[in-house]
Amino acid sequence: MEVLVCVKRVPETGARITLTADAQEIDTSYLGFTISPHEECAVEEALRIAAAHGAGTTVLTLGPAAAAEQLRNALAMGIQKGVLLETDGGEFDPQATAEAIVDLVRGRGFDLLLFGNESADSGGYQVAVRVAAGLGVPVVTGIKGIEIADGRLTARREAGGGWEVFEVPLPAVVSVKEGINLPRYPSLPGQIRAKKAELERHEPARREAALEKVRLLVPQEERATVQVLGEGADAAPRVVEVLRELGVA
Amino acid sequence: MNLVLVEHDRGVLSDLSHEALTFARRLDGELDAVLVGEEARGLVDGLGASRVHLAVDPRLDDYAPAAWAAALATLVESRSPEVVLAAGSDRGQEVMAHLGARLDAPVAANVVAAAGGDPFVVTRQRWGGSLLEEARVHAPVKLLTVAAHALAAEPAPASSPVVEEFAPALSDADLVVKVVRRDEPQAGKIQLGDARVVVGGGRGVGSAEGFAVLEELAGVLGGAVGGSRVVTNLGWRPHADQIGQTGARIAPELYIACGVSGAIQHMVGCKGAKRILAINKDPNAPIVARADYAVIGDLGEIVPAIVAALRSGG
Repeated sequence: MEVLVCVKRVPETGARITLTADAQEIDTSYLGFTISPHEECAVEEALRIAAAHGAGTTVLTLGPAAAAEQLRNALAMGIQKGVLLETDGGEFDPQATAEAIVDLVRGRGFDLLLFGNESADSGGYQVAVRVAAGLGVPVVTGIKGIEIADGRLTARREAGGGWEVFEVPLPAVVSVKEGINLPRYPSLPGQIRAKKAELERHEPARREAALEKVRLLVPQEERATVQVLGEGADAAPRVVEVLRELGVA
Repeated sequence: MNLVLVEHDRGVLSDLSHEALTFARRLDGELDAVLVGEEARGLVDGLGASRVHLAVDPRLDDYAPAAWAAALATLVESRSPEVVLAAGSDRGQEVMAHLGARLDAPVAANVVAAAGGDPFVVTRQRWGGSLLEEARVHAPVKLLTVAAHALAAEPAPASSPVVEEFAPALSDADLVVKVVRRDEPQAGKIQLGDARVVVGGGRGVGSAEGFAVLEELAGVLGGAVGGSRVVTNLGWRPHADQIGQTGARIAPELYIACGVSGAIQHMVGCKGAKRILAINKDPNAPIVARADYAVIGDLGEIVPAIVAALRSGG
């Protein structure tokens, strides 16, 4: 069994987001980079499936040369191989991203392709589904529980406080949400191995964006100024008054 | 003509569908609605659409994402809508992604405004809503999902729509992924997404046990308890209780944030709250600046005092 997990390098945003002067990107001059929490869980899930079923594991990313850092982080956690689809830093829209991934993985015999439910930055909610369509395999999204037995995958998704359950034959694509597991930290030997690991590199063709970014905007704060109701336990009667005014008590 | 997918679960309309319908009614042009499955027949009158397309097939007895997309694709083919939209829910995102793949068309997810025109311009959320993007959609049919809690749902105007049944073109592959069973929610438990009051805890709560006072406050107010990502990662609360970009999006009348610092990823999860009351020992915590009300001090003293005051009727 072979498992592929796809991740995306994104800036680690702080309490406030600043844009570049041309409003095309986040100003990352003072920011580190990471992957989405959903994807951290996808990496962890790949490792757990590998341990339970003796699977081989590969991590793939599409991004600038610097995205090798995110591949090495996954290798440090225990993923065996890394593949970088290297771009010039320009944005691939969801269709272009999916096409580049499909071109790479077609014919490689992956039994399971794991994604995060949505990327942290562009949040398109669609690359996993498009990759599945391109490969002609089933897909299920937003998953917070996976079990594999007899070539079938059982996937659980939260729905209205309960769960809905899907059964999917392999090969398949699954996008997962944070909460499916608690990701491990990279081990020291893992980090040493990851640093030296050879990455497979390709330069994918980019189709023209059909979802074309014009510019980014920082949304306006709508909230009025804060009303301080008091300090410590003495504020309780005033809080209760406010709760009554708001009609919630 | 624009086409809106009305999401339901076994014949019950989803909350976010009301928001998607409200958004759809504000677009230029006539509005047709789509319901998938016989069990949705009872919903046709309450949508405020001039025409309702009901996809009927004995195999559509439960949610199947690719089959729902196939139903939409059948209508795109026969009716040539300008815009097809769905709610920004798990299902809405999933079905529109399938439709986009099927039509090889772009999908703009989590749209907050559609200016229209040619090229078609939308404003959509990035980073869970902490950034917006103005984008052009280059395609004959514009596929989009409506960001959750970005607008207030309005009741549908009275309408007696023309109901048209149709048989979607379904292949066996469209039915491979389907809900095969469910674990129903715990009866009587108030869900985070539905609660009128949410009491949330952050690192400042200090421990799993520290949530007992938050549970008590939520109990008195008939609300639900949630937490920040720190809290679910530390295992103080189950992940299902997480409020934030990778957890639940809440829209209560009041969000009481206790010991929550207010990281940007948390704030996008509670943006839908009408009011925020922050209880925090640090008056400079980001959450205080973004709250409507604040109490400064130790939540371990303040929260029990509020509970006591509520119980005593004071």
